Amino acid sequence: MNEQYKSAAIERAPVIEPGHTFGTVTEKISAIVLTRPASNGWFVGFGLAFMLTMMMLYAIGYLFLKGIGIWGVTIPIGWGFAIVNFVWWIGIGHAGTLISAILLLLRQSWRNSINRFAEAMTLFAVACAGIFPAIHVGRPWLAYWLIPYPNTMRVWPQFRSPLMWDVFAVSTYATISALFWFIGLVPDLATLRDRTEKKWQQIIYGMLSFGWRGSARHWQRYETMYLLLAGLATPLVLSVHTVVSFDFAIGIVPGWHTTIFPPYFVAGAIYSGFAMVLMLAIPIRKIYGLEDFITLRHLQNSAKVMLATGLIVAYGYGIEAFMGWYSGDRYDAFTLWNRLHGPYAAWYLLLLTCNIFVPQVLWIRKLRTSPAALFVISGVILTGMWLERFIIVVVSLHRDFLNSSWGMYYPTRWDWMTFIGTLGMFLMLMFLFLRILPAISIFEMRTLLPEAEVKE
Amino acid sequence: MAKRDPIYGIMAEFDSAQALIDAAHKTHEAGYKKIDAYSPFPVEGLAEAIGFTHNGVPLVVLIGGLIGGASGYLMQYWMSAVDYPLNIGGKPYHSWPAFIVITFEMTILFAGISAVLGMLALNGLPMPYHPVFNVPRFSSASKDRFFLIVFSSDKKYDAAGTRKFLESLAPRSVSEVPS
Repeated sequence: MNEQYKSAAIERAPVIEPGHTFGTVTEKISAIVLTRPASNGWFVGFGLAFMLTMMMLYAIGYLFLKGIGIWGVTIPIGWGFAIVNFVWWIGIGHAGTLISAILLLLRQSWRNSINRFAEAMTLFAVACAGIFPAIHVGRPWLAYWLIPYPNTMRVWPQFRSPLMWDVFAVSTYATISALFWFIGLVPDLATLRDRTEKKWQQIIYGMLSFGWRGSARHWQRYETMYLLLAGLATPLVLSVHTVVSFDFAIGIVPGWHTTIFPPYFVAGAIYSGFAMVLMLAIPIRKIYGLEDFITLRHLQNSAKVMLATGLIVAYGYGIEAFMGWYSGDRYDAFTLWNRLHGPYAAWYLLLLTCNIFVPQVLWIRKLRTSPAALFVISGVILTGMWLERFIIVVVSLHRDFLNSSWGMYYPTRWDWMTFIGTLGMFLMLMFLFLRILPAISIFEMRTLLPEAEVKE
Repeated sequence: MAKRDPIYGIMAEFDSAQALIDAAHKTHEAGYKKIDAYSPFPVEGLAEAIGFTHNGVPLVVLIGGLIGGASGYLMQYWMSAVDYPLNIGGKPYHSWPAFIVITFEMTILFAGISAVLGMLALNGLPMPYHPVFNVPRFSSASKDRFFLIVFSSDKKYDAAGTRKFLESLAPRSVSEVPS
């Protein structure tokens, strides 16, 4: 096979390997849930993730006992790991919505094999993200004060604050993501109900599937609903990270107060989210033998999205630096200098390396189609995006207008335990999801098969 | 209570989406109006083939979205300008640009919830039991088989004639659906 032909073949790698029928697609995906026994590897992985989750609960329990003094946050750095991790997690969630909603509207049918677990990823990432603002408020048992409810104090929340906008944006996002994910599962739950031999599974999947029977009228309304939900989720997902960036951009702190923040936050969110999708998809397709459904085409397309959004992020850094100089504002100029030469300079350079320089290797087709290389690059990008939020939060706060109030930020072991614990919780939920629900949308995969085409 | 017909309808099973859609067209053209078709994935044009053209979901979503947006804005207006006016940095009590974000989010939230609940309500779901599940082969409707049913409540229905008509459509099998 000559080189040119070979690369063309990879370029046109099918979304689903030939030879599959409605039956084989159904059997292969539902077997992971219904008949395949849980392997030792699954138990080990789940066990480790579960222990990390317990560690997180321990750290949070201790936090409730002692207060946020156990963390590294102090004046001037009042927003430490909690906000860094919140922004990082919520950004990761965005790729799931992009894949399920935006690519649906753009008729990118290759999304059908990865949207289900990408949506699950969104849901679990938002769950991890949601923990942080709630425990960060200082007196977390009063976190419900964020909700406008009639109260005996006769006060209402302050709607001119971007933090209030964030409450509405994130809770709407969590609700819509959960609905989108669950309603997408309903026809597949009906498939599991009909495939399983066990009575208790028939009852549980039967109840969860709402008695779905695949009527043409039902499908018609279902598809309309799904399309409308995608249309609603699309502006929603763009708004969520925009509002998250408002938390910073509305403030006057140098390094935060810029108009580039909303688009650059959204691009960064999708960037890190696709990295997480690849870090999950690559092992899952290998372990569960799903290479026929999650093909090199999916990996390559995801890599291209990362390359594009990574360049937008790089542009954002460039504009930030340019405006630091061009605005003529001495504090903005100092923030730029401080990033490059201050006490956190090494982290800033590492951030540039991880987010801008290393991902440029994705221009090489060979690396875009190598699962192992993509896995490593995705890990690098996720690290870089975490560092980006660290730099935004910490470096801007630690030296602002008055040098009498400069300081340094030192995360404590409780910060680390909480952060690593959420990684464990995320993986634990993912492990459970893979075993009890179909990780690939079965009914949407059926529509990709040639035999699904009809002419009237 | 009127005595229910012991037969809910007659069901034909097909191998492919194309066969189902052709059969659905013929059945509808033959004058059967109370019919339904079942497939393991959404088949384009199938709903039209059985004579289902109007679907109420978009209207429900529109109404939900309008209610969400209006209530979101009015909530903020009433709380910030009427019930608890508070001077924040000299901004007007009714500082509408600041209210847009939450208005938008509430629009999406209500529209999205209406889409899901509206679809379920119009489809009559959840409905864990349905007569079509009495046909043992119907469990393949969620895998790789396609079904067409003529309900016994249809005006043109008669047990022998309808069965004969469905058999003429070259199905894989034809069975009665007990109610």
